[in-house]
Amino acid sequence: MAVLLLADVANGQLAKDAVSKTVSAVAALGDVHVLVAGEGGDAAAAEAATIAGVAKVIFAGDHGFCHLLAEPTADLIVSMAGAYSHIAAPSASDAKNILPRVAALLDVMILSDVTAVVDGDTFERPIYAGNAIQTVKSADSVKVMTIRTTSFEAAADGNSAPVEALGTAASTGLSEWVEDKVAASDRPELTSAKIVVSGGRGVGSEEDFKIIEALADKLGAAVGASRAAVDSGFAPNDWQVGQTGKVVAPEVYIACGISGAIQHLAGMKDSKIIVAINKDEEAPIFQVADFGLVADLFDAVPELTGKV
Amino acid sequence: MKVLVPVKRVIDYNVKVRVKADGTGVDLANVKMSMNPFDEIAVEEAIRLKEAGKADEIVVVSIGVKQAQETLRTALAMGADRAILVTAADDVHTDIEPLAVAKILAAVAKEENPGLIIAGKQAIDNDMNATGQMLAALLGWSQATFASEVAVDGDTATVTREVDGGLQTVKVKMPAVITADLRLNEPRYASLPNIMKAKKKPLDEKTAADYGVDVSPRLTVVKTSEPPVRQAGIKVGSVDELVSKLKEAGAL
Repeated sequence: MAVLLLADVANGQLAKDAVSKTVSAVAALGDVHVLVAGEGGDAAAAEAATIAGVAKVIFAGDHGFCHLLAEPTADLIVSMAGAYSHIAAPSASDAKNILPRVAALLDVMILSDVTAVVDGDTFERPIYAGNAIQTVKSADSVKVMTIRTTSFEAAADGNSAPVEALGTAASTGLSEWVEDKVAASDRPELTSAKIVVSGGRGVGSEEDFKIIEALADKLGAAVGASRAAVDSGFAPNDWQVGQTGKVVAPEVYIACGISGAIQHLAGMKDSKIIVAINKDEEAPIFQVADFGLVADLFDAVPELTGKV
Repeated sequence: MKVLVPVKRVIDYNVKVRVKADGTGVDLANVKMSMNPFDEIAVEEAIRLKEAGKADEIVVVSIGVKQAQETLRTALAMGADRAILVTAADDVHTDIEPLAVAKILAAVAKEENPGLIIAGKQAIDNDMNATGQMLAALLGWSQATFASEVAVDGDTATVTREVDGGLQTVKVKMPAVITADLRLNEPRYASLPNIMKAKKKPLDEKTAADYGVDVSPRLTVVKTSEPPVRQAGIKVGSVDELVSKLKEAGAL
């Protein structure tokens, strides 16, 4: 049997790193067919076809699939499901919105945030904010799952899989897209950046977050934030790293003024090197940091920016 | 309009989770349990809709062990009007899967005919992030997940959603299922008089069988294990030392 993989596409841009890691996660389960949905996704479909391990790309170009609204996109996937043993997607906000709907329509359970594929029926996934890892075996005929991409390596490049057009029209009527408010940024994308500089409650204000951003820009890094910093309005929600925000695993994660609450650690503890800068030497973040600096971030972060 | 809010009894978010030594799960015996934090936000949002005159009745539902009655009383003390307890397990360690929960909730919704269902976006125990989406699917309703702002206007709701790129606004046709994200509101604390009043509010007791739903799991838990422990590294004394360590590690 084959695997249907819903590509993560926003405004015509393929999240190639995430899709590539998802391809490598499911490659052993069968031929991988990547579904790119939405008018204007031609370039994304062509790019998906270059990922090694992709047997074909299916491009459903109807306008109604733009913005990947849950109701029409779930109906599309369900209409295709008969040919597949597994339906997967990178664990991004669109997939988390769509795939549980798909699973319920197929009368199967969802497997959320899969971190290891043991065999075609057996998967590992974190529970309790990553404080436990559960191995589960599914009895369902089709496995519908989201993949936590930080647990997998990207597949190679250089493929030229065929791209098939699918003329299915989107079902309509339940919901409509109004607008996206996406901050334009030249910084790398948070979940695929090599370096992430994050600020927490200790940063103190939106204004002072600029010192975090300055270090990030000097390093060519993405900017992250703890839930406390986002809740306090210091940083926008799309910067949040943690159990309910983004899960990242960069080469270097620099946590500034972050205490290290469990739910934050859940989002970054797989980073290769963790640096913590915090004036409280008892902060739990130091228990996971490779390099800890007990210092006032308002002194240490600008100094670091000057020296890297 | 009637608003239905499902609430789940979960381990309190401040409690350190311990994996049982025999790998069969997480120890929940004699552990403090509370309402799932996202569900508190959902209850609060329903109460605010009622206070704004957009809703006239709030029904809270919990599915699980009979002790979930405490969670329902908490929701009633916050301001919900009535509660339905659906007993579907005897052992506090039994987690009813989102698919079965959604099926029971769909059956409840068919009896109650709410105009809106507001759920928490995920439970902090199984972290599935699925029940709301599954419920919308089974009812054939629209869905707006991860909501940070909700505006109800006649037969539509305009919902701002927290998504990977920032914020997305969608307009959904009612009846709809909305799932609450962290920043939708700050839930109120129940006052002592309201806690007392909540004891007298109606609470119906049902079972999964009353709704004809088979709650047997589709996923068998093979084992539950501790995540790999990350060892603490070293403390450095200065920014200069940090920079040289990072260079040694090839990180800069």
